[in-house]
Amino acid sequence: MKSYHDIGGEPGGEVDQTHYEYSLWELRVDAMLRLLSSKAKVMTIDELRRGIETLGEDRYDKERYYGKWAYSIAALMVEKGHITQNELDQRIEQVRERMEASL
Amino acid sequence: MSEHRFTVGERVKVDTRNPSGHIRTPIYCRGHEGIVERICGKFPNPEQLAYGKDGLPAQTLYRVRFEQKSLWPSYSGPSHDTIEIEIYDHWLEPAGS
Repeated sequence: MKSYHDIGGEPGGEVDQTHYEYSLWELRVDAMLRLLSSKAKVMTIDELRRGIETLGEDRYDKERYYGKWAYSIAALMVEKGHITQNELDQRIEQVRERMEASL
Repeated sequence: MSEHRFTVGERVKVDTRNPSGHIRTPIYCRGHEGIVERICGKFPNPEQLAYGKDGLPAQTLYRVRFEQKSLWPSYSGPSHDTIEIEIYDHWLEPAGS
């Protein structure tokens, strides 16, 4: 069966060509991937891609480039046991509270 | 015996199998024939690397040239248009097989 990411050659609609500035979090996700793969060697680019291909179709379609990376990296770190899902959830909640407090 | 199974200019056919997992052979080229445009080198198998394995032995990666019209029956561009796809050795067979 064809996976949802294997869309080469299918009609894709209009291409959005507006210039797009990366947000700080996107630059951080990029840096994180490079540190985890090239430096710490706890994951490979191939694992990142496999993670993106298993995000599920809804998330794959909804997230932009670095959103896909962030979800894939987080899932891989849990899969490999470097963090637990509980630690990840707690940290997300802490960051959410900090952000809401600063608004 | 050559280090690589196919030579530049040789006609090859892409396997039609459809496994799950991390596969870098796009579905639209499977079952189609093209010619080896170049040999890119040998690389650990990404299908294995994607699951934390070492991907060894390294696989030859070929750049294969297809005619657009052979991949897309309704292709409306010039008939000499081609597309090149990098495909690992274990996805290729001799043409006509």
